[in-house]
Amino acid sequence: MSATAETGVLAQRPVLRITPPASWWKIPFGELWEYRELLYFFVWREIKIRYKQTAIGAAWAVLQPLLTMVVFTLFFGKLAHIPSEGLPYPIFYYSALLPWMYFAASLQNATNTIVENQRLITKVYFPRLALPLSSVLSGLVDFGVSFLMFVVMMIYFHVRPTTAMLWLPAFIFLALLTALGLGLWLSALNAIYRDVRYVVPFLIQFWMFASPVAYPSSLVPERWRWLYGLNPMAGVIEGFRWSLAGHGQPPGGLILVSSGVVLLVLLSGVAYFQSMETTIADVV
Amino acid sequence: MSEAIIHVEGLGKRYRIGERERYHALRDVLMRAITAPFRSGRKSRSEDDLWALRDVSFEMRQGEVVGLIGRNGAGKTTLLKILSRITRPTAGFAEIRGRVGSLLEVGTGFHPELTGRENVYLSGAILGMRNSEISRKFDEIVSFAAVERFIDTPLKHYSTGMQMRLAFAVAAHLEPGILLVDEVLAVGDLEFQKKCLGKMQDVSRSGRTIVFVSHQMNQIRRLCERVLWIDGGQLRQDGRTAEILAGYEAASAGPLESGGRPDVPSAKARFETWEILEPRAERPNVLDTFGPLVVRFTVRVRQPLRNVHHGIHLYNAERQMLWGMGFDGLQLAPGVQQFVYELPALPLRPGAYSWRASLRDDHELIEDWDCLPELVVTTMPLTHRMDEWAGILNIPCNFSVAQREMDECATTPDKAT
Repeated sequence: MSATAETGVLAQRPVLRITPPASWWKIPFGELWEYRELLYFFVWREIKIRYKQTAIGAAWAVLQPLLTMVVFTLFFGKLAHIPSEGLPYPIFYYSALLPWMYFAASLQNATNTIVENQRLITKVYFPRLALPLSSVLSGLVDFGVSFLMFVVMMIYFHVRPTTAMLWLPAFIFLALLTALGLGLWLSALNAIYRDVRYVVPFLIQFWMFASPVAYPSSLVPERWRWLYGLNPMAGVIEGFRWSLAGHGQPPGGLILVSSGVVLLVLLSGVAYFQSMETTIADVV
Repeated sequence: MSEAIIHVEGLGKRYRIGERERYHALRDVLMRAITAPFRSGRKSRSEDDLWALRDVSFEMRQGEVVGLIGRNGAGKTTLLKILSRITRPTAGFAEIRGRVGSLLEVGTGFHPELTGRENVYLSGAILGMRNSEISRKFDEIVSFAAVERFIDTPLKHYSTGMQMRLAFAVAAHLEPGILLVDEVLAVGDLEFQKKCLGKMQDVSRSGRTIVFVSHQMNQIRRLCERVLWIDGGQLRQDGRTAEILAGYEAASAGPLESGGRPDVPSAKARFETWEILEPRAERPNVLDTFGPLVVRFTVRVRQPLRNVHHGIHLYNAERQMLWGMGFDGLQLAPGVQQFVYELPALPLRPGAYSWRASLRDDHELIEDWDCLPELVVTTMPLTHRMDEWAGILNIPCNFSVAQREMDECATTPDKAT
């Protein structure tokens, strides 16, 4: 849009009306689309600076799940003999750590994003939703890198891919929405109560044990399984194991409950975030 | 074009004092909730309210360049923040037609780990430029900032000046229909400031609407034809630059303490007050004419002084001495003495100046006073509107062009102003 094109078309120009906060539950899809380039730059920036001045760079994206997998295999697998339902332990753990690590990092980043970009928020306008959104999107790159490692492991352990793998994007999308929904809540809360950033590491730790990362969900008694589905990551992780390692049944019921919960968290998260957006520059 | 491009009506912004605290801990909130029942009789929290902006209304038309002036904390930045949608108003509304670019800070979104090139793209995107737009202007931006050699070096290795230059260069190439600028021209050395100001003028001439906040009145004078004076969150005056600035500068000179300086009984002699006797302005420290003036300094003398040297100096705000004069061999009897200066003119540009008056008796320093209040000159500036950097004097002059006859090559005189 150039200046010359703008002059003389006053009447056609949309009027932007700035008023006291009123409606807050609307998701500004149109505006986000308008600011898509900025969203792209936020994602690009996060990726660019994440491994700046590190010796091994993006290898960290592989090392973190890989080392965790080794520890889990040793202690939970070889020592505690937790059942892996016929899968090699490395495959069993790594397929769960893939979505889990993505989720944990995304949630952590999304929580801090508003506070970290405080200067930006108080100096420029853009849809604030772009910040947590870029946090969860930029995590996908790390996910991709660590996924390549999984492909190597699949070849090594002779795990044959099945058509169930086509479901993988759906599960990663569910993990993304979970991280986003909760991230919206926590980032807005963190802007007001800085306690949140101390709570989140604990939350993530507890949550991991409440999710079938270190054990199969079949350990959970059948009649409590639906309750277990209230944890969206349970559905996601089971989905990953099923689609990647071809293990067990498709987690249909679990996913259904999980999706419902995610939708609820996401919608309420957007609503809360939007209600905060109008005052966030004043309190952050 | 009569339709308003910015229409602001009854705009107000209230802060609860608590809301402006930078850090909220959950503990505080819990404590407040617990102790609330015990804090009796504090129902209304209105005393904690602060109206940063209240009932501000104005309109701007396409192509207007409006200066926003006022003391620190008057609400200028709050107004800009509302117009640029960073924060929402508490009352009233603003209507804006067209794309708004706001520049509330130089270097918004710069990241030290990224290279100059990367930062140009990032900052451009944050300020609202399209990717293609940045690519198109990239070379221009880099050469404006004069950082070509370092463009692929991480920003953290830049000097502060280089960072500032690059940051401003990005911002200066924004092309929104409406530009909101907050006190950002005060960066860099004089040379660069000059360049920035020149760029701003280009922008304003291209028909864009600009709202410009500055504490530097010479910048406001140079760029803006209209000024809004915000005082205590309210719109105090709205009008032509020269008129509003005269009033603003007079008001910011502060009230004249009629009692003069505190007395020191042990001193042999002491200056008490100074004032402009002629011509009388609203305040006796304000000069608003070109013509002759009479200035009086009052001295209280306690002991007879036989061989007095009295000196007077005039300084500008940069502490540059503009004029000085000394008188020897004065004899002063005890009592209140008045030193009266008659000057044909003080041809100074508008701004704050200060006198320094001294007394010596037999070379012993008795008194050396940086006279308060400051001398405030509000005389209409006569230099060309766009020629703010032409000097410190404000001298009426006539100019004509005449061709000398019988000349082989006709030369035109320099276009001196």
